[in-house]
Formats: sequence, structure tokens, C-alpha cells
Amino acid sequence: MEHISTPKVENVKLLDRYANRKAASGTLYLTATHLIYVDASAEVRKETWILHHHISSVEKLPLTTAGYPLLIHCKNFHVAHFVIGQERDCHDVFTSLLKLSQPVKPEELYAFSYNPKMSKENREMGWKLIDLRLDYQRMGIPNDSWEITDINKDYEVCSTYPPEFVVPRAATKAVVMGSSRFRSRGRIPVLSYLYKENNAALCRCSQPLAGFSARCLEDEQMLQAIREANPGCPFMYVVDTRPKLNAMANRAAGKGYENEDNYENIRFKFIGIENIHVMRSSLQKLLEVCEMKSPSMSDFLTGLENSGWLRHIKAVMDAGVFLAKVLIEKEWIAMGHKFSHRCGHLDGDPKEVSPVFTQFVECVWQLMQQFPCSFEFSERFLLEIHDHVYSCQFGNFLGTCHKEREELRIFEKTHSLWPFLLQRKQELRNPLYRGFTAYKELQPNTLPFSFQFWCGMYNRFDKGMHPKQCVLDQLLGCLSQKVTLEDNASHLENKLPILDGPLPSEGCTSPKAGAAAAKAPTPPQDCAEGATPVLSNGPSLGHQKHKESPAQPRDLGASREDEQAQHQG
Amino acid sequence: MSPLLCPSSSSLPSGGHCPPLLLLRVQNLGWYQPPRTGGSPRDTRVSGSSGTITLRCKDLRVLQLEIPGMEQCLNIAGSIEALSSVDSVMMMYPFFHRPPGLRLEQGWHRFPPERFFQRLSSQTSQWRLSTVNRDFSACPSYPEAVIVPAAVGDDTVTKAARFRQGGRFPVLSYFHPKNGTALLRSSQPLTGHNRRRCPEDEKILGTILDEGERGFIIDTRSAQAAKQARMSGGGTEPKSAYPQWRRIHRALERGRPLQESFTRLVEACSDPSLSMDRWLARLDGSRWLSHVKAALSTACLAAQCLDREDCKVLVHGAEGTDTTLLVTALAQLILDPSCRSLQGFQGLLEREWIQAGHPFQLRCARSASSHGRGKQEAPIFLLFLDCVWQLSRQFPFSLEFGEELLLTLFDNAYASAYGTFLCNNEKERSLCKVKESTHSLWAWLEQPEEKHKYLNPLYSHNPLVIWPSVEPQSIQLWQGLFLRWIRPSQHLDEAWSEIQRLVEGNNNSSKESTRKRLSQTPPDPAAGTGNGR
Repeated sequence: MEHISTPKVENVKLLDRYANRKAASGTLYLTATHLIYVDASAEVRKETWILHHHISSVEKLPLTTAGYPLLIHCKNFHVAHFVIGQERDCHDVFTSLLKLSQPVKPEELYAFSYNPKMSKENREMGWKLIDLRLDYQRMGIPNDSWEITDINKDYEVCSTYPPEFVVPRAATKAVVMGSSRFRSRGRIPVLSYLYKENNAALCRCSQPLAGFSARCLEDEQMLQAIREANPGCPFMYVVDTRPKLNAMANRAAGKGYENEDNYENIRFKFIGIENIHVMRSSLQKLLEVCEMKSPSMSDFLTGLENSGWLRHIKAVMDAGVFLAKVLIEKEWIAMGHKFSHRCGHLDGDPKEVSPVFTQFVECVWQLMQQFPCSFEFSERFLLEIHDHVYSCQFGNFLGTCHKEREELRIFEKTHSLWPFLLQRKQELRNPLYRGFTAYKELQPNTLPFSFQFWCGMYNRFDKGMHPKQCVLDQLLGCLSQKVTLEDNASHLENKLPILDGPLPSEGCTSPKAGAAAAKAPTPPQDCAEGATPVLSNGPSLGHQKHKESPAQPRDLGASREDEQAQHQG
Repeated sequence: MSPLLCPSSSSLPSGGHCPPLLLLRVQNLGWYQPPRTGGSPRDTRVSGSSGTITLRCKDLRVLQLEIPGMEQCLNIAGSIEALSSVDSVMMMYPFFHRPPGLRLEQGWHRFPPERFFQRLSSQTSQWRLSTVNRDFSACPSYPEAVIVPAAVGDDTVTKAARFRQGGRFPVLSYFHPKNGTALLRSSQPLTGHNRRRCPEDEKILGTILDEGERGFIIDTRSAQAAKQARMSGGGTEPKSAYPQWRRIHRALERGRPLQESFTRLVEACSDPSLSMDRWLARLDGSRWLSHVKAALSTACLAAQCLDREDCKVLVHGAEGTDTTLLVTALAQLILDPSCRSLQGFQGLLEREWIQAGHPFQLRCARSASSHGRGKQEAPIFLLFLDCVWQLSRQFPFSLEFGEELLLTLFDNAYASAYGTFLCNNEKERSLCKVKESTHSLWAWLEQPEEKHKYLNPLYSHNPLVIWPSVEPQSIQLWQGLFLRWIRPSQHLDEAWSEIQRLVEGNNNSSKESTRKRLSQTPPDPAAGTGNGR
């Protein structure tokens, strides 16, 4: 709070960067966690909330006739252009936001103050929702070849790995320890994924400290153990995600890549995904394209091309497709590249910030475009996660590794995101999902035309650009209506014996009355009334529906309750 | 194979249904496809004992046939060559195609100008249906009945027609019932370099506007191009002669440049060796999406003048048969909810494209593989369909039809078993007896099992104006058309039928549930009251 000198500024304009509509005029508030703008000019009260942690940059622009402009860029690609009447107010807001958006101490992060009024037990349950052991179990681990080891319980092997990970049974403690000294930051090869169909494994690790000629016997034994964990396969792939040139340059710094001569039966492959600096500047260029004022089609396409963003997305996807193919073809992979979430929560080196996670999320989205029925979640789920990676509202994405998260006492002091998302499962699900048995491996097309610009992400807050009617909402509505109707139907069927039975006087009951209905007689009109809203809520969601949006959440909410009631019953 | 290629073969499938797909296509190519093979329809390579024929179809599919036996191959190639260049309209497939269950006259008189006028006359009395063009004498590319201002007599119209290129005098295209404004279209005035005037033409445009009222002329050429047209006898309406009309220029590409744009895009789409950067560069270089954006923007401008500025609008370019129709048809789709139903959309096509005299035969002859051969070739109609697709993407509940219909229309405009898109105007259709001797596409589409395929399960009537976004981020490549034969579509088709299942299942179950409830409700009160007594 000490950062806020002016908590409220009146007569602030908010410019819309596309529509030439009249700028909104209203009041700007600064709270400990959010910047809140209340539009006073709109007929309906309209609020814009910006989480301080989401702010990636604040700029003061040159004075205009309207006042002092303040341009705010957010990590979720929201861009807000305010114009403030007084220079002093503008400067106060500016300096406050600079401090609030990049706290120095981790304890200042939102997650440590966020209080959703949840019981301690539930909070703890939330952290246990995702159990890595269960995940391994799903892959059939432990088995004859792989085991879960707690060798890292004191973070002696690697400070950035979790206390437990999966290694080949054949790898002794000495091999693991020895290998860790030969790997950058001790990130030894560990299992990431086992393809149960054929026991092919995907492992990951950091680059070896090979320099020009260094060797490490234990590391060689480690890779051998991984290869031999699948006796059916004569060799394994070692895939380096960097461009070869970058890997070679790293040799001079005593790092580099595995020498094929020193490792038995490995095949080396470079995939050529550019480093974080290239990615960061590519995203920057893309966002500049997205922000252009009334660009021509050609401006946009040229900008899209020059940003290189889709080229990088394609490279990442190609890598994924290659790995999947190799896995299916029963081969072995170990991957070497440092991978940490670089999101820049705290005031630190801006050069270390990278959009790797954004790219991952986008690749999933691109897959969803090609396979609309194969994912249980919708685009909204991806955006939600992407938001929270940067929001610092939940503990999941804080710190760089398990060790740091323990030191920050994140599991005790903050909440986990997953139960919150789970609670909203109904609105985040993909109504077209056909279950995981419907498809096996996806075989995405990675020809350039298969990749689309993701307007929903990079121009997400420019609503005018998006389809004006939302198919997702409509289908979710259908789905929940179906559930309600099925409830009604089964309820009515349950009542049939009653109607035929000795007490016909009870009449028809409202569908929501549940079990109690049998005892409480209600006049038949109630039933008809109860049915009307459901029927009128049919597919007639026209253009106007969006204006009457309050009606919809209510319907969804109601049906959700029904469903829950059904589950409990 | 050869016998199947013979036009007189009796084994020709009716209704375009034949199980072996490859066979069917070759057959169609040879038979009714003067259409379906493009400008450079085939490229025959003969090596050893077998030959390869590459067929570039008008629906953008490319087929390669490996044919054993050199002589066989050359025979087939020769037949295809001959059959794909039938010149006479009356030798074309629609004149022979007789689908079972349909009568010849069916569908031809579903959208007469009279019916359109009937609706109009219930809303206003300022317009009348004129038969001045009864024998196509005033304007050979207009239908026999057109709508003109009620205050203007046929003789004035006849004289005004002489002042407009091709006789295309200003006629009503759409009446906006909300505020009584109207959309008109015409061709360019024949002003010429000596700035000729025509009192009758000035009178037509003058009587439309009340005193002090302003109208807009949207010229689909650049100001410079319009000026240059004076050298060849054309031109624009000068301010001095039409004081109440304000002219706006919005240059829309047509003719050769548009055709080249189409060709370049199709080439880029079929080149799998492109890197991401090259692909984006060629997508941009084709300029197709720029044309889509420009067409939608201009249509929005016209719609805005009508709906927001309460002004009457006249649209024309040069001939008034291409970009003019593109703009007037799109503007109506944006403004008028009745054009967005399946039936209404067919009516719009009939009125604003077919009867309005878009020269389909000249424009849609060779499709993407026309390399400069057909000087008149231009995918204006395809550009329109693409714009409609963009609207359907931005307003997924507002059009009663889906992508499938747009694809079918594209196919049929270029190569059809039906007579609907034959010839260049009503006069030619009348001379060739198209309506008497061929089947109408609309009749075919009207059959329940066909119709079902084209309906949008998410449709719900939307009475509002649908203003699309024309930002580049909102405009997408129409993959369903341009990558139709290139990208795998199985998963997308599944998604579409899943949507269908979900929505229709929902409607049915809601009906089901109502039925159940209704069938159960009656005994209740009866039983209740019975017991009470």
C-alpha cells in the first residue's frame, strides 16, 4: 500500500484502440492488487480490472490536447490507453504502477495475500489434486525397467528438480550422482513420459558440460541404462532442441552437446528451436503488428511474416510431431535443453523473460483447430491458465522449481489453481469432446497453411475483432440444457409409478423439487411453468442474446445446481 | 475407360451419383465438363508403356491418372481435350441431365421480380415495376421486369438507358424498410470527354431525392480510373448535373488483376514445399484477402449510408455487372435478415447476380487454371462467396446455410448439371431456352435430403443488421475452399456433425421432453380433481 500515493483519479479517459468511438470517461482506482477503471459514460456500469502483476510495461506518452496519456501493456496482451487530466495524477499513477507491477520480494506476490475464504483442509486438498505419482501410475510406472526414486529429496542431485523423479532401475546412485555433475545445473536425464503401447520413453535433461572434449563415464552409463530399459530397441535418439550453431557456440563455455563417439548407439538430432531472446523479440514484433492502427491486409500479413512468430510456432510443433513419431516408432529419446518458466514475476533481468509457455499454449490451440473434438477443454481454459501463469494469484507458477516453492512455503501459504479451474469445469469444457477413447495419437498437419493467427489470444481484448456470436457458449448451453432435460425426463419417469399408484392426487411436481416433491403436492401449472424457460432457451440465441447476457449465466448456473444435486443424489 | 468418356454413353450416372469416385470425375470431365477442366486442363506425359494425365479441375482439385498403354492414354487425353472445350451452350450437360424425381419447370419461377416487388409495394408506393425491358430492348443484360421510381415514365427510362453503358439505367436493388432509404445500381454514365449530359438520367436520380435530401454515389473505381474512363466514352456523374448526390470512390479490383490474384493464391496453396515465411509472403502477394477486405468494407460503407445516415445510395463501377453487384448483394446480406435464410439467399442470388446480368459464362469459364487465355475470366462471384463465408464466420448463428452451400454454389457456378448459372443474362437464357430445357439448381437443392446438408444447425433468426469486422485480424483464408482437396478434413467434418448432433439432439430431446410432459400432464388434473370430488 505504501506505493499508492493517489488511490483515485477522476475524469480519466480510456481510448479504444480500434473503434473510433468516443473515448470512455470515468474514474481510475488503484488498490493493492488491481487497477480498476469505472466507465461513467456508459449506460451500464462498466468496469475494467487490471491485475498489477499482469502489467508488463507502463509508458507516459507525450502530452495531447486531451491530457496526459498513460499506456499500459499487460502480459495477457491487454493494452489500455488512459488519458489523465493532471500531470501530477498521471505521474503518481505511473510511479505507483511501476512499483506495484514488479514487486521486489516474492512475499509481495498476490498469491500470498489472496484469500478466497476456503477452509484449510480444502486448500490442502487443492494442492494434492494433481499427484505426480498417479500420473506415473497411468504410464505403468514403476515397472521392470523404471523406478521412482527419492534420491533428490534433499536436492543433492539437482536443485531445480522435484524431490522424486523416474530413472531406469539399472542406474545406480553413483551413476545418477556422477551424471548430475556432468549436466548443466545437475539436470540429469529423467523420464518425462512413457508410451505404454510399446514402452518407448521420453526423457529430458539439460545440456552436458562437454566443452570440446570432456567426458563423463557415469553420464555415458546413464544414457546406456535408459537405452537398455527398452531391450527391443537398438539405438536411441538424442534430440537437441537448439539450432546446431547455438549448441556449438556453447562448447566454448564448457557446455555443448553429446559426442556421438562417446555414447553407444545414440543418434543425434538438432531441432532448431530458437533461443529465448529470439522468441522474446519475435513476440514483441507480433504484438506491434496487433497494435497497428487501421493496418491494410498487406501491412498485417507482412508484419506477421516479419515477426517470425508463426515460424517459431511451426518449429515447436514440428519438434513435437517428430518426438511423437519417434515414440510411436518405439525409439528412445533424451532431450537436452534448459527449460524453465520464464515469466518475469519479479523485478529482475528482462533478458531472462521468454514466451516459452505462451508458445506451448498456442501449440495446443493450433492442435485444437485441427482436432476440434479431441480436447476435453476449450480455448477458454487455455486463456485462463495463461492468465494465471502471470497473475501470481495462485502458487502453482511461482518460483522456478520445487525447492524454491518449498522455501517460499507456497504449499502452506497460497492456493492451488487447479481446484478453482475444476470448479468452473462446466464453462471451460469443450462441448465437442468425444472422450479419450475416440482418438489415439493425433497426427497434426504442420504445413504452413495449417497455422492460423490466434486472434483470441493476441487481440483478445479487442472484442470488435472476434466473431460476434459465440458458438462455444451456445453449445455449452445445449449441453447443460440436455442435462436438465434428462434430469426432468428421469424425474418424470420416476414419478410414473406414483401417478399410477394409490395416491394420484399428488399431481405433477416441479423438476427442481427433487425427492421432497413426492411429499409436497404442487398444482400442475407449476410443471408447465417450470418447463417454459427451458424451451424458450432453445437455439434462438440470436444477436440480442449477448445484450441480455445476465440471462445466460443464470440458466447455466441453475442447470449446474441441478447436476450437482443429481450427483449427490 | 474410353467408352465411358463418350457423350452418348448410356452408362452416365444420373444426378451426379456414381460409386467409383475417380471414374465419375473423369467421366464428368469429359462429359459436361467443358467446364470442369481448366484453361490448361491437362498435361500429358508419356513414358514407356504408360502415361500420366494431370487434370486441373475447376473445383480446384488436381487429379493425376496413370494409364497403362500409351495409345490408350493418348486416346483418353484426346477425348478429354475435345469434350472439355464444347463451345455451344446448348451442347452442355444441363441440356441432357435429367435427374429422377424432378420436373423441368420446377424451381425456375420461384423468384420472379414480381414477387420481390409485391413485398416492396406493401412497404412503399414510391417505386413501380416497369416492363420497359420486355423484349430486352432497353438493356440486353437486365431482366424483363425492373423496379424504377414511380414518378418516372417508361420513355424517360428508355432515354436514360442510352446514357448508361450497356443500357444499365439506375434500378432499385434494395428498399430499406426501417427508414425508407433505397439502394440502387446502374452502370457508368456515358459522359465522355465532352462531358455529355442526359436530362432523363438526371431526372431519374433527381426524383428519388426530396428537396434538400442527399444521396451517395459509391463508385467502385478509383477517382483516377473513373476520370480516365471519360477517354473511352464513360465517366462519372458530375457534381453540377447531380447537385444532391455526393460521390465516393472505393476502388475494387476486378477483371484480370482479380483473376491473377485467384490463380496466385491457388498456386501458393498447392505448393507444399513452402516455408512459413514464403507461405505468408505468397498469401500476401496474392492479395486475395485484401480484395475480400476491400469488398466487405465497401459493402459496409453502402450499408452504413443506408442504415445510419438515412441516405439513398447508388452503386456503380464501369459495366455495373461485377463489383457493383458484389457490393449491392453484400450490403443486403448485412442489412436484411430475410436474405440470410436459405430461401432468401437463393432469392438474393437470383435477383442480384443471375437476373441482374452477371456474365457467368464469361467470368466462370476456366477457374483458377485460366492463364490469360480467357480475357473475360474473373472470380467476382467467388469473391462474393468468400465474403459471405467471412460473414458466416463472424456471425455463426445468423445465416441459415453453412459452408457446404457456398462450396456447392462455387462448384455449380463453374460447372453444373443444372441450368441456373448458364449464359450471361436473361436474354441469352431466353434465346437458349434454358428454363424450358434444363433443370434448376434450386429445385435440386430444395429436395429434403439435399436441403438438410446445407442448413446451419446453429441458425436462429437475427432481426438486426450484422456489421462485420474488417480488421485484418478478423479476415481469414477460406480454408474450406482453397484447401478443400489439400488439407485433411475428417476431424473438421466430425466436429461439424458433432455440432449438428448436439443442437439437433437438443431440439429433439426438448421436443421429446415436452411431449412426455404434455402426455403426462392431462391425467394429473383429471386424477386430482377426480380424487378431490
